[in-house]
Amino acid sequence: MSTTTEPDREDDAETRRERLTRLFGGGWIFLLLIFLIALFAALRPMQFGSAYNLSQLTINAAILLVLSIGQTFVIVTAGIDLAIGAVLVFASVLSAKTMLWLAGAAGTTFGTTDASWLVIGIGSLVAVAAGMAWGAVSGWLVAVARIPALIVTLGTFGMALGLAQIITGGVDVRAMPERLVAHVGAGSIAGVPTLVVIAVVVTAGAAVVLHLTRFGTRVFAIGSNAEAARRAGINVRAYMIAIYMISGALAGVGAVMSNARFSTTTIGGHGMDNLTTISAVVLGGTSLFGGVGSIAGTVIGVFIPIILLNGFVILGIPPFWQTVAMGAVLIVAVWVDQLKRRAQERG
Amino acid sequence: MDAPLLEARGIHKRFGHAHVLRGVDFAVHAGEICALVGDNGAGKSTLVKILSGADAPSAGTISVEGRPVVFASPAEAQRHGIATVYQDLALAPDLSPADNIFLGNELMRRGLAGRLGFLDRAEMRRRATEQFARLGVRLRSNKAPVSSLSGGQRQSVAISRAAMWADKVIFMDEPTAALGVVQTARVIELIRQVKQAGISVVLISHNMPQVIEVADRIVVLRLGENVAEFHAGDVDVDRLIAAMTAGTPTARSPS
Repeated sequence: MSTTTEPDREDDAETRRERLTRLFGGGWIFLLLIFLIALFAALRPMQFGSAYNLSQLTINAAILLVLSIGQTFVIVTAGIDLAIGAVLVFASVLSAKTMLWLAGAAGTTFGTTDASWLVIGIGSLVAVAAGMAWGAVSGWLVAVARIPALIVTLGTFGMALGLAQIITGGVDVRAMPERLVAHVGAGSIAGVPTLVVIAVVVTAGAAVVLHLTRFGTRVFAIGSNAEAARRAGINVRAYMIAIYMISGALAGVGAVMSNARFSTTTIGGHGMDNLTTISAVVLGGTSLFGGVGSIAGTVIGVFIPIILLNGFVILGIPPFWQTVAMGAVLIVAVWVDQLKRRAQERG
Repeated sequence: MDAPLLEARGIHKRFGHAHVLRGVDFAVHAGEICALVGDNGAGKSTLVKILSGADAPSAGTISVEGRPVVFASPAEAQRHGIATVYQDLALAPDLSPADNIFLGNELMRRGLAGRLGFLDRAEMRRRATEQFARLGVRLRSNKAPVSSLSGGQRQSVAISRAAMWADKVIFMDEPTAALGVVQTARVIELIRQVKQAGISVVLISHNMPQVIEVADRIVVLRLGENVAEFHAGDVDVDRLIAAMTAGTPTARSPS
């Protein structure tokens, strides 16, 4: 309690501490991002600032960003989605198998197929639908069966990954439609990589939904005080299920992007996606306690580890240091969040 | 005399073998602050739950302005103009006062944007400010999250919300129990403002001097039955406590 206790002056405008919190409390991570960009740009302007490097940075961020957007919705409701990467793998396997089958190629085909855009469209819908189905399962178990989200999504993580391995016999599907790889994976729209365009569209849409619509406001309300939302007549269960379905659907979108980019499914490559997205979301100022968060913050939280890694590589620092630095930054971010909360509850 | 705004007759409530309410009569008239008092276990909370739609009576009738009603849910009671301010306030601490007031009753933009789910935040904030002004509630900030407000201000937000959606009766469960002297005085002032705005208030409180100070009428329950009813001005704390604890039969005016 650093503020003076004058009970009759409580109507006064916000205290100095609150103003500082509002200006910098949530924004310090943004300042960190600016600082990192400025630092690397100053140290190695030619390499770091090159158009090629910047476009590689955004492509690296694209899939992770789409996944982290879904994670943001879940964490704002005070939930957590550990299944995100496994759902991506499941959706990508199902989608790839569907496209292979529709294109009439054998399961052992390598390289690319000449599947039409129609086939690619169906394959993409299958990926999104598969993601949503897993989201519906997780959401129902969390909202209706009232099992903690940590356990539910740890369970669906294992189930989705295991089923993906059963479907493929543990071997990646290595034949993707040529058009998907060329135009979505490696192509660009008006000079911007297609993967980045998809990520930007998803991010903008999610920001509008979360911050400007009734749905978004109720998501915050549920994360803030689910009982209050229920008493206000909001169908909290339906909202919770919808939230996990959004996260699953975005993992499905990520699956299509991943298939397009790598021209193969990546069964072994997404085990850490859950922790990477959670740390991005939390770095971005979204509270693990729910009720507080923003899409803009998540964008920043996704870019910090990617820029850190990129900068370390360019500077010749062993990239393993990025892992160490990220761990420390994450702990600091959660600590700052807790300090902010305590200060507010006291005030 | 007009029919009461809200009237309950012969309310019984049983939980298994426990007979918690044994034929309670209770009425709220227009433009009054009515206090409901009684020792722990007298059945106040159960009665309030039944009258606000959160629980159903085992027997008895409820009527609003003389017409019999059945409340299946708090939302249905609210549609009849009856709302409750719970002891835990049921606010979302991370949302602004305006968002809290409109939670579950959000205002949408006109036309297509509204149908797509877009909120009219400016209008919500404007109407919330209007509501606070009407009730004389002064908040430090209309945009800061509710968690940054003092206990009294949070209580004020919760009461303002109830008054926004109920035009007949608001039940308040121990509204000042957790507050200090200054904030208690403000909440009491707010309760009077709610009455001035034409909404009757049912106050549940353990604070006898406060009840005598603000209420126009005091209904005393004991072990699930009506034992006394007083009008403001002709009762003191000793008589109230006697009625609560011993159930001394006193002037029970069946008005």
